Formats: sequence, C-alpha cells, structure tokens
Amino acid sequence: MANFLVWVVWFGAAFACLTSALAVVSFRNPFYSALALIGNLASLAVLYLLLSGEFVAAGQVLVYGGAVMVMFLFVIAYLGDRSEDSPWSGGPTWQIVGAVLAGGAILAEVVVVVGLKAGGFLSSAQPVGRNFGSPEAIGRLFLTDHLLAFEVTSIVLLVAAVGGVVLGSHARTFDTPADGDART
Amino acid sequence: MHGPDIRWYVILAALLFATGALGVMLRRSPLIILLSVEIMLNSANLLLIAFSRLHGREDGQVFAISVMAIAASEVVVGLGLIVAMGRRGVELDVDKLRTLRD
Repeated sequence: MANFLVWVVWFGAAFACLTSALAVVSFRNPFYSALALIGNLASLAVLYLLLSGEFVAAGQVLVYGGAVMVMFLFVIAYLGDRSEDSPWSGGPTWQIVGAVLAGGAILAEVVVVVGLKAGGFLSSAQPVGRNFGSPEAIGRLFLTDHLLAFEVTSIVLLVAAVGGVVLGSHARTFDTPADGDART
Repeated sequence: MHGPDIRWYVILAALLFATGALGVMLRRSPLIILLSVEIMLNSANLLLIAFSRLHGREDGQVFAISVMAIAASEVVVGLGLIVAMGRRGVELDVDKLRTLRD
C-alpha cells in the first residue's frame, strides 16, 4: 500500500513537473512563464523528498521558489509587458522543426542508454539509513570532503552580487572622462 | 527503495532537459530563455540527487546545492544584463542582438 502511494505521488509530481515546464516554454507572457516555473520547482522538490534529499528539497523551495523567483518576477514586472507570440502559433518553421528534432535526439540518446545498456545497473538502489540527506549529513560533507567547493561557491556568490550591482547601477557613462559629453 | 527506481527519474530528467532546450532554442525573449535554462539546470539537479540515492552517498546532493548557488548567481548576472538592456531601450529579442554596441 505504501508502495502504491509512492507511485501515485511520483506520477503526480512528474506530471506537474512536465506540464509546468511546457507551460514555461509556451506562455506568451513572461510573467505567467515565471509563475509556471514556480510550480515546476515545487514539484521537483517533491521528487527530491521521494529520493530522501530533505535538505535539498527545503533549499530548493527556499532558494529557488523564494529568492530566485522573486528576483525574476520583480524584473519582469519592472520591464513591463513584453509579451511575444507563442512559439507554437505561427505554423512549423525551420526553427521549430530543428529545435524539436534536437530535443528528440537528446531524449532518444537517454532512452537508448537507459533501456539497452544501464537498465539492470540502475534498478538496484543501495539501502540508506534514516539520516540520509539530513542537514547534519550534508553539512558534515560540505565542511569536510567538499570544503573547497563550499569556499569557491561563496566567492562566486560574492562576485555575482558585485556584478549585479555594477550592471544595475544607474549612472554609467561609456565615454572617457576627458571627452566631456556625458552620454548615459 | 519504495516506488519508482532510478530509470524513471533519468527519463523524467531527460524530458525536462529537452523541454528546457526547446525553450532556449524557440523563444526570443531573453527572460524566457533564462527561465528555460533554469529548467535545464534543475533536470541536472534531479539526476544528481537520483544518482546520489542510487549509490547511497550524499555527495550528489552536495553537488546539487552547489549547482543551486551557481544558478542563483547566473540569474543575478543575467537579469542585471536584461535590466541594463531594458533601461537603454534595446529591444528584448535575442534574434536582433547582433552587435555589441549600437
């Protein structure tokens, strides 16, 4: 019974995940696309929970669903209405055909590899303890085995914050100061 | 492990990645291209976490958290560029961005 429920939750989350991803790609209005992406991130967090990645699921909801999406929605609202035609509206152009072919090629590769080569290997997951994926375990790994990645990530975040401030600052002129005529 | 095994997750991640790639290739608004890149990053994250569960080690989850941090910085820089474009009156259409300056 528990097993059946897990399947139901999995299919629900996977369906929500795929439909919201298609909605992100298809909506004309970027605001609706961003809202659909929030649904995508939430359903992915459910899948992470099924894979016993509790801390990552919480981080997904907080960092992505909270911080990143607020930033997206703010910028989209700041820029105003920038709707464009839906990619599926104008009939098949060479761009749509090529893109669908390329996407189908990625899918076919993965299905062939999973179906023919690695199928048996992928079906036997290791048993894990109750502590798997808890904040304690993740934090311990971050501060021991992956300390370098942890520190580099903090530097990358700092650089990105400085870059965001520089890119978004108001008064910027692209002329040399000696020129005199201030174009902003 | 109850429920679906890793193969289902791999196929779902492939579908998600293909959807995100479609968005990058089809849409012209840089905002939606950034959103599609997020979908692709998330499908890679799903794979990292699924394989971390397969092997019974948490290293994949540590990687996934690093990827989330990198994605957040990428969004900051990307959105900063888009805001700068919008403020200078450049049309937000990647097909029309052919020169580095006007």
